[in-house]
Amino acid sequence: MSDLEALVSQAESDFSAAADAASLEQAKARYLGKSGSLTEQLKGLGKLDPEARKEAGAAINVVKQKVEAALEARREALRRAALEARLAEEALDVTLPGRGQLRGGLHPVSRTLERIELLFRGIGFDVADGPEIETDFHNFTALNTPENHPARSMHDTFYLEGASDVMLRTHTSPIQVRYMQAHVARHGGADGMPEIRIIAPGRVYRVDSDATHSPMFHQVEGLWVGESVSFADLKGVVSDFLHRFFETDQLDVRFRPSFFPFTEPSAEIDVAFMSGPLAGRWLEIAGCGMVHPNVLGHCGIDAERYTGFAFGFGPDRLTMLRYGINDLRLFYDGDVRFLSQFS
Amino acid sequence: MQFSEKWLRSFVDPAIDTAALSHLLTMAGLEVEELEPAAAAFNGVVVAEVLAVAPHPDADRLRVCQVNAGGEPLQIVCGAPNVAAGMKVPCATVGAKLPGIDIKRAKLRGVESSGMLCSARELGISDEASGLLALPADAPVGTSIRDYLDLDDSVFVIKLTPNRADCFGMTGIAREVSALTGAPVCLPEVKAAPVSIADRLTVNIADADLCGRFSGRVIRNVNARAATPDWMKRRLERAGMRSLSVLVDISNYVMLEMNRPNHVFDLDRVQGGLTVRWAQPGETLKLLNDQTIELTADCGVIADDAGVESFAGIMGGASTSCTDDTRNVYVEAAFWHPDAIQGRARRYAFSSEAAHRFERGVDFADTVAGVERVTQLILELCGGEAGPVDDQTTQLPARTPVRLRPARATRVLGVKFSDDQIATLLGRLGLAFERDGGDFVVQPPSWRFDIEIEVDLIEELARLHGYDNIPTVPPTGRLAMPELPEARRGAFALRHLLAGRDYQEVINFAFVEKAWEHDFAGNNAPVVLANPIASQMSVMRSSLIGGLVDNVATNRRRQIDRVRVFEIGRCFANDADARPVAGYAQTLRIAALAWGGVHTEQWGSPTRAVDFFDVKADVEALLWPRQATFAVAVHPALHPGRSASIRLDGAVIGHIGELHPELVQRYELGSAPVLFELDVEPLLDRTMPSHRTQSRQPSVRRDIALLLPRATSAQAVMDGLKAKAPAIVQDIALFDLYQGKGIAESEKSFAFRILMQDTERTLADAEVDAAVQELVNHAQREFGARLRA
Repeated sequence: MSDLEALVSQAESDFSAAADAASLEQAKARYLGKSGSLTEQLKGLGKLDPEARKEAGAAINVVKQKVEAALEARREALRRAALEARLAEEALDVTLPGRGQLRGGLHPVSRTLERIELLFRGIGFDVADGPEIETDFHNFTALNTPENHPARSMHDTFYLEGASDVMLRTHTSPIQVRYMQAHVARHGGADGMPEIRIIAPGRVYRVDSDATHSPMFHQVEGLWVGESVSFADLKGVVSDFLHRFFETDQLDVRFRPSFFPFTEPSAEIDVAFMSGPLAGRWLEIAGCGMVHPNVLGHCGIDAERYTGFAFGFGPDRLTMLRYGINDLRLFYDGDVRFLSQFS
Repeated sequence: MQFSEKWLRSFVDPAIDTAALSHLLTMAGLEVEELEPAAAAFNGVVVAEVLAVAPHPDADRLRVCQVNAGGEPLQIVCGAPNVAAGMKVPCATVGAKLPGIDIKRAKLRGVESSGMLCSARELGISDEASGLLALPADAPVGTSIRDYLDLDDSVFVIKLTPNRADCFGMTGIAREVSALTGAPVCLPEVKAAPVSIADRLTVNIADADLCGRFSGRVIRNVNARAATPDWMKRRLERAGMRSLSVLVDISNYVMLEMNRPNHVFDLDRVQGGLTVRWAQPGETLKLLNDQTIELTADCGVIADDAGVESFAGIMGGASTSCTDDTRNVYVEAAFWHPDAIQGRARRYAFSSEAAHRFERGVDFADTVAGVERVTQLILELCGGEAGPVDDQTTQLPARTPVRLRPARATRVLGVKFSDDQIATLLGRLGLAFERDGGDFVVQPPSWRFDIEIEVDLIEELARLHGYDNIPTVPPTGRLAMPELPEARRGAFALRHLLAGRDYQEVINFAFVEKAWEHDFAGNNAPVVLANPIASQMSVMRSSLIGGLVDNVATNRRRQIDRVRVFEIGRCFANDADARPVAGYAQTLRIAALAWGGVHTEQWGSPTRAVDFFDVKADVEALLWPRQATFAVAVHPALHPGRSASIRLDGAVIGHIGELHPELVQRYELGSAPVLFELDVEPLLDRTMPSHRTQSRQPSVRRDIALLLPRATSAQAVMDGLKAKAPAIVQDIALFDLYQGKGIAESEKSFAFRILMQDTERTLADAEVDAAVQELVNHAQREFGARLRA
């Protein structure tokens, strides 16, 4: 039987020597082909007596299986080598930049406005909108600022040619008026109305232009009117907002008495960061107050039954503080190098 | 309102330092905007006399002075051009510490110098540095300059809100400080002047709705050339006013002290008596500031027999103003109704101290006291004999009692006040009240014009209690889910979508150059601003395109070679039917512009300029899954052969195209940007998805290539084929366009992929062939198409 064993080791050695699939198939033919040595041996079995045939047959079959296994192993090895070669061939320089990079982004003030929206939506505020060319009634009169009221000189107003009773809105507060009027129209009736909880972001306009004033800028108005809304709630909402917006507890917030015709009591809101370049300085950041009963009255809301607060933030200022921007004019200059920093 | 701290402390002197006083005022609503010491911190500076001045042996611009600073004469080298023998000046003696300088004995160019003569700037009093600060001849030598000039003082600048007109004078601020601290108020005593002559001036108040009260008196034989005392000058200067002449200074001083505007007429220049009335239209008046104005019927005036001589409550006239030669005067203090004054000065583009006060409301109870105070100072400083005070009252503002309900205060402020607390707070404010049941019925004082309704009192409670002491409470409310319509999206979704497609958001001004409206919107009748800030921002935009084009031009000048920007903003147009503001359409629009390479220049794709179809894909992405139709359209800003209108559900919602080559040249862009502009509102509506079962049957794909006349639009063929497609056709897509070699000049080839499928069964070849044939036949009939071989 040492012949057979020698045959196995010869086959293994031939298969190993085959460098590719074609030479492997040739080598296979030498052992397992029609006239291969194993095939020949099997053919020779017929000459033996049954006992010997059985024994020799079994031995040959063992050898045949070994040869076939060796063949299969070599085939697998060659297939694997071919795959390895292909993979190596196909390798890329993965450090090359991606194709067609997309680098767009939102305007930094838009980022702020979106954050403000998300924060206030989180406590049930809706978002309202209103026209930018406004009537005198909505911008001033309904906000308790009749013609000739000294508070009007606090606003340098852009007027339109050929019309004395319209203007570019000087603040987002007229949206309060429009929203409350619509709310009353929708829910009017003696049984009371649902609470009003809105913010109203938008562009506003004043005749003013320098490093800290732009003739067009943004405001976000907030309004909450209900049956038990107090100044303490106003302080709560505004403080909470400022801490969440700036994502820090290291921020002092103070409310300072002030005057707006459409709120009373009124307050300016100042913040002071506890660290960073502006640490310790009080920065004026918003105006707010309890909605004046005359304003509620102008909108058809019973000021005895309902109270409410309103606030107006400057998103431009919030954005400047948030990202460390020192010149307001950069927002409106369209310089893509500046803007793309906020992508 | 600006004032000297010492002046305030002469009326009320709480035991707190300057910084604490400032904080107190700010937190009470009298915001301290600026707080500056009257002079820099320094010591060792005294009043000195220059005894002699000699040239410096080695320096042309220096002088060697002998100076008497109270002890042995000092030799001091001085470089000031105005130094002269005999003048009194501040002298920093050896050992003095000035801002940035310690004074030591020194040699200047070899000459011994024992001190320094000072300018106002060196003492931090003002910016005046051109020469030494010259002191009056009677200044006592050796006295500390801080004492002599009363420099241990601070100047407060407070920003007064329109409701607190009562604080436009020292007495009002003193009252406020007293209310906040409990320190007593001590005002100067004003006694009625002895009446030594009987002269009167006849005053007729013709219009009671203009003037509620008019008080005045004649004073004869005053010396208008008398000097204004230093203490008064200093207080005026620290209040931001220049000393002019003694009569004017006294008038201003009383206005600042008592918040009591008043006027001193030159009596000899008044013709006959005075009449207080509304102006007759067309009357003119030359004001004290030399401006001549034409009055309208809603302007109040004081007239004499010769005509209008004063703009009532706003500014005196030139014709009766006091001069150095004035001998006899008429002192007036009146109450002008705020609504008779409001807005008038602004209309004539000026402002005045008097108008500022009267339009907000001035105490009507102290006109006589004001006249007496002016009289007192005139008699003291200028001499003279006073006549009797005339005091006429027509109608004064009602001071209706205001009811304050403690429970209401609690509800509005969210903080509980006891009755005792309320009584104390009202008492500190000087607000008299009576109790009616649980309520407080408050009598508003004559000097407060901001206490008319209950919330005015609630505000006062809050202010005095301190906003800091009101709790900061997270609010409670009913938790109802918000509406969340799935078939709507917000504008932020559009922003993120475009940002994700490589566009940078910009925010441009809504007012633009008039030429832009013409060039980019074909609009020759834009909405025009009456008072633009600059001529290139004079009209309201009706399109966002101009701004985006300008962004390209600006960035190109900064050597940026690729710009992709978008904006969401309102556009404005005259439109009589527009709402909610009649006459003005204010449509929210979105526009985007791409200029330069389709990608940033890079290894991975060939450099290619962005084109129409790149940007069209962005529009399609904005709309997806809704589909717009694009049709050739003319737009003033766009290349006529490369622009289209965009139609959604039958309505044109915007345009897309390449910028017109003429505009590319005019705005110096180098190459043409591709842009689109759309209404935002239709983009916010989305289709609500609904499920449709997918067929399990095998689908069959057939491709056909059709030769068509060149001018045929792809959209037309697609629409035509889809309209006539048999039911088994699931989709038709254009996958190739060819024109050129191999087909006629006049033709182009469109290749369509036709996908067919039945929901129930496998399609037979014959059915498929028939369907394709039907499409080809239709294309032939409708568009003159031929099947390409």
